Amino acid sequence: MKSVEEIKAAIESAVPGAAVEVVPNPGPAAQHSLRIAPEHAIDIAQFLRDDPELALDFLSNVTGVDWPDKEIAEKVKVTREVKKMVDGPDGKVEQTVQETVDETRKRVEPGCLEVVFHLYSIAKTHGPLVIRMRTKNRSDQVELPSVTPIWRSAEFQEREVFDLYGIVFTGHPDLRRILMWDEFKDYPMRKDYVEPDDFEYEPTPHDEVLKRAQKHKGREQQTGIRDQERVAE
Amino acid sequence: MLGEGILKGMAETARNFFGSYVSKERLTTVEYPEERVPTAENARVFPFLVYDGAEWEAGMRCVACQICEKECPPKCILIDKSKDKKPDYAGKPQFYPTRFDIDISVCMSCQICVEVCPFEAIKMDTQFELATDDRFAGLLLDRKELAKSNEYYHTIHPTEATEVDSRLAEEKAKVEAKAKAAAEAAAAKAAAAPNPAPPADKPPAGGGD
Amino acid sequence: MSLAETKSEKVAGWNRPPVVEPDGEGELLEVAMGPHHPSTHGVFRMDVALDGERVIRLKPVFGYLHRNHEKIAEGASYLASMPYTDRLDYFCSLTNNWAYALAVEKLSGQEVPERAEYIRVILAELTRIQNHASTIGFLLQEMGASGTPLMYAFREREKILDLFESLTGSRMMCNYMRFGGCRVDVSTAWLDATRKVVAGLPGFIDEFEALLTANEILMARCQGVGILKPDLAVNAGISGPMLRGSGVNYDIRKVDHYGIYDRFKFRVPLGDHGDIYDRYMVRVLEMRESIIILDQALRDIPAGPIMDPKAKIRGFRPKPGEAYGRIEAPKGELGFYLISDGGPNPYRYRVRPPSLINLTVLEDMCLGQNVADVVLIFGSVDIVLGEVDR
Repeated sequence: MKSVEEIKAAIESAVPGAAVEVVPNPGPAAQHSLRIAPEHAIDIAQFLRDDPELALDFLSNVTGVDWPDKEIAEKVKVTREVKKMVDGPDGKVEQTVQETVDETRKRVEPGCLEVVFHLYSIAKTHGPLVIRMRTKNRSDQVELPSVTPIWRSAEFQEREVFDLYGIVFTGHPDLRRILMWDEFKDYPMRKDYVEPDDFEYEPTPHDEVLKRAQKHKGREQQTGIRDQERVAE
Repeated sequence: MLGEGILKGMAETARNFFGSYVSKERLTTVEYPEERVPTAENARVFPFLVYDGAEWEAGMRCVACQICEKECPPKCILIDKSKDKKPDYAGKPQFYPTRFDIDISVCMSCQICVEVCPFEAIKMDTQFELATDDRFAGLLLDRKELAKSNEYYHTIHPTEATEVDSRLAEEKAKVEAKAKAAAEAAAAKAAAAPNPAPPADKPPAGGGD
Repeated sequence: MSLAETKSEKVAGWNRPPVVEPDGEGELLEVAMGPHHPSTHGVFRMDVALDGERVIRLKPVFGYLHRNHEKIAEGASYLASMPYTDRLDYFCSLTNNWAYALAVEKLSGQEVPERAEYIRVILAELTRIQNHASTIGFLLQEMGASGTPLMYAFREREKILDLFESLTGSRMMCNYMRFGGCRVDVSTAWLDATRKVVAGLPGFIDEFEALLTANEILMARCQGVGILKPDLAVNAGISGPMLRGSGVNYDIRKVDHYGIYDRFKFRVPLGDHGDIYDRYMVRVLEMRESIIILDQALRDIPAGPIMDPKAKIRGFRPKPGEAYGRIEAPKGELGFYLISDGGPNPYRYRVRPPSLINLTVLEDMCLGQNVADVVLIFGSVDIVLGEVDR
């Protein structure tokens, strides 16, 4: 199969205006990927499937990845004016001195939700080509175009990504929750998902379970279950 | 001819039915619990703790390092480490678990605790008839219930236990040789001390603590 | 939600299931088949709209067994997910292990010793045989052949599971493969026992075929029912015996040559019509090919180590990066997609479940068929709910 750079060039010549970015994979697998802009996704998908040389007719895997907002601490050199008492000829004199200080500034890098597609070609028996798409943010602009009209195999997998990550696929024929029940509110696979408070007694609580158990100490004491002393610690 | 396939299938079934009276190959079931198939040597059900010697508390191999507690995928092990130390199989003072609980209602018999244990202290049992009418306490095994002797380990996994024993004996011999060398060095040092040695002399290298 | 509201017709151009119009007048009967229906292999529901006996719409509903395996794995170490993969497709724990080990080995760049590769092939092919045998058994069970074919399949499966137990310690939850090799070495006694079992397998398949293949009832129920067209199969991401039953020549063992599959000579059986009977035949023939692979592997297995000496059991942290590893599991393409951020647990852990994706076309195959055939078509897909719901 062509290398990702060649495919990038092919896409850009076939779909005018498509901004394709190569995302290198530093690991030993070296499965580099292409990040495409959601606006051109359908055209690019059509091209990848129908191009006789690529013929990526088999969409094997569709999945979501959550990249939460990242707080980055940076050290910045800051110069500011400081008033100091300096020994002058007639006693102490106040003087303004320039001083350079290191200051830590926090910057929030906005997060996003990402969809990853793994494409193979059955006709040419090559692959995988990894395609990525990102939403604008994680809260309100989470729409991405659905590729179900191009590859039917995305039908259930996009529903799953919608269910677990909350990415809304526009143009999906039947976008409903698939694994969780319809009334469920949150998106469980997101990194900041908080589990509902459904404490259940466990004789050997640990880490997270122990914390939850400690919260429920009162209830534990009422029921008089054997593990009180551990929870009380 | 229509029905030929069905007749052929019927013949096959008949062959199996009547064959089950004469051939053991065709009669594969046994009347449990009166009759049992022997358990495989590698079979694993739930973990137990190995102890050496006759006293379970004194001979417990576990040193409460809590690696298995950390690595256990469903987190079913709970260990409390002792404050004091007791000698292990090689005579080295080690911590011991004051509490070692395995919740076998959570345990999924994956054997990862056995793999990660550096002290050959936890092994897999083959006992599987553990049904109880007590959902919590009955399925929570404490260290006394978990402790099984090395002889028992030899009866259920003979090959593995022999390997473990030889490995432990090797380690013990190494430790003993080291201790002996250290003792000799210390004795030599002690013997050398009364002599008027020059103060610049270095202490003998390799002296044990 | 009523069935009439599902499947929007607004979206143009997609490869949608055909529209089946009811024949007569009157209301459609909506039936919930499952989640406690004996034919659903677990807890699975099909909401079916019927016009008399004909299926007009069908909506699969699942998630009853959902435990968020992926989330659990993202919070656990790489090794701790290995026993959980056993529980995905609990019929084929060894191929699940292999797929996961393969993905992690791709992620971390580990090599697998030759002997371990041979062991993996032997175990995977044994798994394939027992899976296909029991699938056919279940299919016949659903056809009404209550018990007999299933018990024949289970008799052979038992022999294979005994081999698994004597090697890995467990019959179904094997938890055997490790990143960079296998957990315990096989003994000569085990290899001899395996050779003996494998030598008996062709006789079993002959017997099985004598019982079933030419059976007129089976042919009448299966031929021409539940047809899946090859272009739809490819487009819908169908894999495994279902894809090959539709005549598409795609076997990941042949395409990716993962492990050491390029060393073995075997053929890929293909169907012609894409109906239930073809899927049945593909499975039977695949069992025969598996025996051929097993014979070669058991003949050539070399001596040597079974673990990469650099492999670490505790404190395993692959370098940052990502990898997608896939194998030809008995049910289809089983893939694992992993992203590592250099930590002890994966940042992203994704299972590409063949059972789930093969269900995409269930509606297409069932529309217009009789309701009794829905059970058969569903059985011929070969799913395990542990993998569908994860």
